[in-house]
Parts: sequence; C-alpha cells; structure tokens
Amino acid sequence: MTLTTQSLRFVLSLVVTLVVPVAIIGQSEDGLDPVTLLQPLQNSWPTYSGDYTGRRYSALEQVTTENVQRLTLAWTRQMNTGMPSLNGPGSPTFIGGEGTGDFTIGGQRIKGSILQVGDLLYVTAPDHVWALDARDGGVRWHYFWKTRGGPHIGNRGAAIWRNSLFFETVDNYLVSLDVQTGEENWHVEIASFEEQYFSTMAPIVVGNHLLVGTGNDLDAPGFLQSFDPETGALQWRFYTVPMEPGDPGLDTWPDLDAARHGGGQVWVPGVYDPDTNYYIFGTGNPTPGYTGIARPGDNLFTCTLIAVDVDTGEMAWYFQTSPHDTHDWDSAQTPILIDGIVNGEPRKLVSTAARNGYFFTVDRVTGSHITTSRYGATSNWASHIRDTGEPNPNPDKEAIIPGALVSPVEGGVANWQPPAFNPDTGLFYTQENNGFNLLYLTDPDPRGSMGLGGKDRVTVGSGGNALSAIDYRTGRTVWRHAWPRGGGGGAGVLTTAGGLVFTGDGSGNFVAFDATNGTLLWNTRIGNISNAPETYLLDGRQHVLVAAGTQLFAFVMY
Amino acid sequence: MTAVLICLFAPGISAQNQGLYPALQRPPADAAEIERGQALYGINCRACHGVDLRGGDLGGPNLLRSQLVLGDFAGEAIWPIIRDGQSSPGGGNMPSQPLSENDAQAIVTYIHSVLSTASRQGGPPMGAEIELDILVGDPSAGQRYFNTNCGSCHSATGDLSGIATRIPHAKELQNTWVRGETRGSTRPPVTVTVTTPSGEHIEGRLERLNDFLLVLTTTDGQHRSFTRRRGVPRFEVDDPLARHTELLPLYADRDIHNVTAYLSTLK
Repeated sequence: MTLTTQSLRFVLSLVVTLVVPVAIIGQSEDGLDPVTLLQPLQNSWPTYSGDYTGRRYSALEQVTTENVQRLTLAWTRQMNTGMPSLNGPGSPTFIGGEGTGDFTIGGQRIKGSILQVGDLLYVTAPDHVWALDARDGGVRWHYFWKTRGGPHIGNRGAAIWRNSLFFETVDNYLVSLDVQTGEENWHVEIASFEEQYFSTMAPIVVGNHLLVGTGNDLDAPGFLQSFDPETGALQWRFYTVPMEPGDPGLDTWPDLDAARHGGGQVWVPGVYDPDTNYYIFGTGNPTPGYTGIARPGDNLFTCTLIAVDVDTGEMAWYFQTSPHDTHDWDSAQTPILIDGIVNGEPRKLVSTAARNGYFFTVDRVTGSHITTSRYGATSNWASHIRDTGEPNPNPDKEAIIPGALVSPVEGGVANWQPPAFNPDTGLFYTQENNGFNLLYLTDPDPRGSMGLGGKDRVTVGSGGNALSAIDYRTGRTVWRHAWPRGGGGGAGVLTTAGGLVFTGDGSGNFVAFDATNGTLLWNTRIGNISNAPETYLLDGRQHVLVAAGTQLFAFVMY
Repeated sequence: MTAVLICLFAPGISAQNQGLYPALQRPPADAAEIERGQALYGINCRACHGVDLRGGDLGGPNLLRSQLVLGDFAGEAIWPIIRDGQSSPGGGNMPSQPLSENDAQAIVTYIHSVLSTASRQGGPPMGAEIELDILVGDPSAGQRYFNTNCGSCHSATGDLSGIATRIPHAKELQNTWVRGETRGSTRPPVTVTVTTPSGEHIEGRLERLNDFLLVLTTTDGQHRSFTRRRGVPRFEVDDPLARHTELLPLYADRDIHNVTAYLSTLK
C-alpha cells in the first residue's frame, strides 16, 4: 500500500488525539513506517533533524543540567574514508557507482546527520555509507560509491523509508540501499554532472515522497525534486528561479536568460508541517555570485524561504531573506517550526537564522512577516530593513575595485550547521561567526563574471564568534557565549528537555550549556566537532552521539 | 588576436580541481584542430558570443555557462544549432550558419578546449590578471585619519617609514595594514599574564586559550598550562593587534581607501 500524505495527516491526527503507545521504531518487518517520522523527537533519530520540526529538541531528560558532568564515553569509532578493500576480512562491503574507481578523494569528514533506528546507526561521508551497531560502533555493512568526480565538500546524511536507505552522491545520483544488508536496490541520476551540479543534501522522506535537493556554483538553476521512494521515479520538480516566460518572480531579473542561470540551489534539508502539508526550505545564493551587475533586481527565489505543497511541488508562499545577494550567502539553513505566542495570539511560525547575519520569523501558514533582526554582531552589508521585513542590500558593500570591508566573510554568520530551538526556554540557538573580508572586484567586465568568479576576498580579522540564544518572537539575543580567541564555528546544535544545549567550541571541545542562561556545564576534549550532536535512547539509557572529523563518539548516562 | 587568445586560454588546470569536473576529464584534443576551430570561431561566432565566449555585443549568450554546451560531448547538441539556428525563450534568435559539419566540429572542439580551462566553482578561465587601480582615496584625509587613530602606535617617520617601498603593491599594502601585520616580519606575539590563586604571576606567550584551558610559553621557554574553572586562574591577555580588531566595525570604506592612499606616499 502506498501511503499518501492525506492518509498520513489523518494518522497524525489520531496520534495527537488518542493516547497510543509509542511505536517501536525499526522493529517491524515493513521497516521504518513514515508515519513514525511525525512523532516529536525522543527515543530515536530517524530523519535528518530527528523529527520534521527542525528543532533538534529531544524530549529525553535523563541527562540534565544537574548530572551532565557524569556523561561517560560509551564507545568511539574511527571511520576509514579511503577506498575499501573488497577482499579484506570483516563486515560486508558493497561497491557501486558509475565512475572508474580512479578517484581517491581524501580529507573527508563526517559533516552530516547520523540516523539511529533500532540497533543500528547510519553514517555518511561523500561516497560512503556505513551501518554501525549502535552499542559499540562496529561496522555491520559499508557501501562505497565510485564517483565520477565533483567537489567533495560534504554529505549531510541519509534518509530511511521502510526497508530502504537513501543518500545522494557528489556526482548526482540518488542511491537506494537495503537498510539491513547494505545491498543496492537502485540508483537514479538526479542532476546533470556535465552542468556541474553536485549533491550534498540529506534526502527527506514525507509519506511516499522522497525530497531531494542538489547544488551547483556555475550559474545553473536550482531545483527541489520529489522521487518515489519505492521505484526512484520522479514525482515532481520545483525550480527555484523562473524558467519560462510568465513565471512568477521574472520581474526581479533583467531577463529570462539571467533567471535561468540564476542559482538558488537547494543545499540543505528543510522541515515539514503536516497541518498544511508544506515542506519549508531555504534556497542558495543567486549567480553569478559576486557580480550582481549581471542580474539587477531582487532575484527571486534565491536566498528565499519557500513553502511547497509536498504532493504537488507547487509553491504556497515565499519570504526572501536576502534580496539580490552578492556575497555567496546562501539562505539554505534548515529553518525551525515553532508553535508560539506572538502578542498574546497562538501562532504557527517558522524561524531561520540566515548566513547573512539576519534572523527571521514568519507565519508558516501564510508566509507573512513577523520579525527581522540582526543577530550577526558585525554584519554590515544592509542599508536598512524594508517595511516588508527584508534586509536591503547596500550596493557600497558589493565587491568594488578599491575593496569593501564586509562582515561576515564568505562562510557567513551561520552556515549549513543546524541550529536548534528549545520550547521550554523559547530560545533559538545558533552559531554566530563575525569575520571581516576586504572584498575586491577583479573583473570589471560589464557583463559580470561567472559562478563565484570576478572577485578577490581577503580575510582581515574577526569581531569574534559566539553561540547565540535568540528570542524567536523579537529576534533579540537573550544570551550569548563569546568563544575565546577565534573559537566557534564548525558544529551544529542540539537541545534537550534536560535543559541542555550541546555543541562544539571550535577549540577541540564538545560542550554542554545550561539552555536557560548559557552557563557552561561540561566539556570533553575530543577534537573539533564536525556535525551536530544527536541523542537517543538505547537499553533504556540516554546516549549522545557526535562526530569529530572522521571519528565518532557515543556518550551515555549510567 | 589568435596569439592573444592562445595566451589567455593556454592549458592551466590547477592541481586543486584537476579532473573533478567533467569538462576537465576530456582527453585533450588535437592542437591544430583547436587552432582551426578558434580561427573559425573568430570569423563566425565571435561577434555574438564574444572573444572570450562569455557573450558578445550582439547579444549571444555566454557559452561557458550554457547548459546545452556543458552537456554536449562531441557536437551532438551544438552542431544542429550551428546548422539550423535556434530561437530561445528569453534569448535572441540565432540564425543558421553556413558552415560545413567538419568546420563546425572544429569550433566545437575549440569551445570544449576553452571549457576545460575553467576555474573552480564556476569561475571563467583564468585570463591574464587585469591591473586595476585601487588607489581612489584622498591621501591628506588619510593622513588626518592616521594621525587620530593610528598615531599612538605607529609613525610615518618611524616603523612605517618606507612602507610603500617595502610593499609597493597597493592592494597588498591595504590588506596588510588593515590586518595589522607587516610583510616580512612575524605577527607580534600575543602575551598573557596569569595570576595563580597563591598570587604568583606567570608571564609568557599565549599558545592556546579556550573556556577550559590556557596554555603559554614562559619567557624562559617553559611550557605551562592551566585548567580554567570558575574564573580561576585570573589572567590578562595583551594582543598588540587588538586595536586593529577593534577598528574593524568602525571603519568607513573611505577611511580605509584614504589611509591606503596616504600610506602609499610613504616611499
């Protein structure tokens, strides 16, 4: 039976209105039922953000502000991201892919979510998927993809639907594996390698849809696609820029040719709101990235928060968080669904902390604007906030021949590293990076440049980095922990009902804060954290899992 | 013209992106065929598509980012358009070209040879660097700014005497002074003074500082490290470049350009 999102919403309403026992995820013969993804994050971590809200807020509360000091290492495991040997002893290894196998792309790290379902963990790096025993990190199976090439910048994780696991390859394949054995079911091409697309996103399962994004830096249109998780057949494709005469947003580009080369890539997973059936996600920067002269206008729907109906792929609303970006500042960060109170009224909201240093809250049913604030302490590129809530770009802060001093740097105030929201504190937690660049125009050609070309950027210092806790209603920073001397960055955030915020300090520590006030409670020196920490229940005990480069660390509270 | 183009597009694949992109994975084509294609391109295509293939005065699209060109392997997509012309939505109309398939194939070979020299992340092929004058500031305004904001640490007749001779390239001069570093010398060390609970003062070069640890090398070369806990030990950091960092959020770009113009007079 194919589960539609209609029936899925019906089941959800049952889950909400009746007291039903919590399903034991991953134990049935049919594998992971997509309905279970509707449950708030608690005992397992079955999808990119743990659940659909993007909050990365776990209801587990064994680990608390009182006892976090007693968190203990359960196991650690070094992953080998090199070419596997087929003839070696040990766990089964499967090799797929359309490449020759000649590429050895080194230096890869674990920079994505790790799924935890039942007894197994599913870990990815570019071209690699591993299933590990959740109790000791032992490898159950390993799948390696022979790549055709492309920039191996990272992989954000896998998705599971019933007995299938899905991941995207750098060279643009969606691969389906048997979740138990690691054998390949099928792979389909999701974007053109020749046009320089490359794929990093973790796919997202919603009902019988598999939502897949991809990336590109060479003036190509961005798109979100939905595939049938059973067969790999394309269900719909949503372009993030105008592609045909008459398409919405075309009046924000000089012409159709510019729009069709306008970027707006879908780099990072979004969130899903079952009440509206909207998948809400952010898009990347317009292209050419730095030479806006080639594309005067706001350049919709780049750097935009977009809601699409999951069944049709049609856009329901949008809010542009960075009109006419000229700094490669994607607004692709995972947004967070918040059920909150604004001016005494209960509201269904979505918030995002964008790479450009601005924080936004909008109504997630209508897209209407609630709040804009600057959370990047030194962000200096906007002239003012428009009446409609968008920060307005100051043309003086584009790349110019004598150099413009711009904050943040290319990597942004935030990047792909996931933020978190704790409903108990009402705070949105994000890394805040405040570097400065001198940004020079090196190609004054009136046609503009291509891709990320035409500029020279020189890092000249930093206003300091921090972990910031933001009030979703006002956008005001409630507490802020400044990392000493160049620390910060690199790690995502986890928050829990135990009143904690976990992240990395960028100086070799995995750390825990009191979520209410930012008091540092715990640290362990395991190296720089390279993904977002996660938590789940195993054998009745709360575990905390995190990656530092190629090494995994699982902590437990006894 | 031909000679210039060959210079601009001479093969120069960087080690960083070698082979990662499909355009770089093609076997190299015959040099004579590329040259023939280039000459034919100059006659038949350049007016619309530009001398550098990035679009021309007559409105032809940029071929280096054209999805059709990027997806073409050996002319199967390009040749029909050369032969039959094309009208594209939102673009102009391309008339059919009176070229033989053999000549069109040479042009295709040439186009692909240029694509194979594209730089990372979608940048165009690296041409010769364009010399741009970044000195747009007012030296006397720069001098006033310098005297007010920099004069307590620096002097035009002291440490910065001849700075524009030591760093003749204006852009490098600007990057260097904004960062606060001097070419040819190491960054002045950050020092720290730790006061232990017993009241002992330990001074040295700061090696590492995070919320949990402070590491320093004492003036006599000893390695010392301190666990930080509840505000203990107390310490004071002295960063000689702290003022440069503090100024970053305060500069107007014209201040930077003016100071650079002033410093560039200190030959």
